[in-house]
Amino acid sequence: MMKKIINQAFIATIPVLTGYLVLGFGFGIVLKSNGYSTLLAFIMSLTIYAGSMQYVAVGLLTGGASLLTTALTTVMVNARHLFYGISMLDKYKDVGKRKAYLIFALTDETYSLVCSDNPKVPSEQRKDYYFWVSLFNHMYWVLGTVLGAVVGALVRFNTQGIDFALTALFVTVFIEQWLGTRKHTPALIGVGVSVICLLLFGRDKFLIPAMLVISLLLCLYKEEGKNG
Amino acid sequence: MGDLYIWYAVALIALVTALLRFLPFAIFRGSHKTPKLIEKLSKVLPYAIMGMLVVYCLKDVDVTRVSGFLPALISCLVVAGLHIWKRNTLISIICGTVFYMLLVQLVF
Repeated sequence: MMKKIINQAFIATIPVLTGYLVLGFGFGIVLKSNGYSTLLAFIMSLTIYAGSMQYVAVGLLTGGASLLTTALTTVMVNARHLFYGISMLDKYKDVGKRKAYLIFALTDETYSLVCSDNPKVPSEQRKDYYFWVSLFNHMYWVLGTVLGAVVGALVRFNTQGIDFALTALFVTVFIEQWLGTRKHTPALIGVGVSVICLLLFGRDKFLIPAMLVISLLLCLYKEEGKNG
Repeated sequence: MGDLYIWYAVALIALVTALLRFLPFAIFRGSHKTPKLIEKLSKVLPYAIMGMLVVYCLKDVDVTRVSGFLPALISCLVVAGLHIWKRNTLISIICGTVFYMLLVQLVF
């Protein structure tokens, strides 16, 4: 029975496997090419486990940013995780002793898998499913990073633009969600508000106002029709 | 910069990231039932968040130069088009990324 759940979790995470291997690989290469060790790459992916923040962190580390700047930047870049928590409160309510790990491992991609329920998984086994999805993704990320740090140093090729994999991953999830529902208002609010806030507040400061306005508008939002 | 600085900085980033992830759960720990509004939010937020993440990824695109935004724009359209056509995340991500890399390295 457990084996079946592990299988289902693995199949669901295959897209993330590719995304994380590519992104983690890219991160490993970037970190190594800036003169840092494979050990640091491994520790960062294991303990921070937040893709875009780790890319940002390379710039902070090489620039010797102050610890205050580092902490504030982390809040800005990762504040969206507050969002994920809010939408997972119910699902992660009774998951038992693995709850702390599930919360720690709630990345963008893990979130995108667990927030929409897999219909093939019976509800009483969801908590095992969530756990295996989280664990698989975490392993892919660490593996990709270490591979990038080790292999990237041996094979030298032009990696400019490899970070686009992150953008590509979100575009596919966005399209996938779009095709899966007829209610497009929330998605449009997300894009529209973000663009407006980006123009108004600039690229370093737009995320928090965007999240506030999105939350506010979605609180006011009334569901269109009944058929999803 | 010394070795110690790097480990402090990494530990700090890990700590702040974890705090952000745990905060909502810590705040709503006491209440037995999640408030109605939060419940509604949790259903529609995923759609909005993905839209926000796409914009977030494209925030550093330079819209003042054609060579600054065209590669990202075309590549996003390629990813979206491929995905609508094939519905295969694997193909969409790999093709889109390779396409983008070729554009920024060889064309623009």
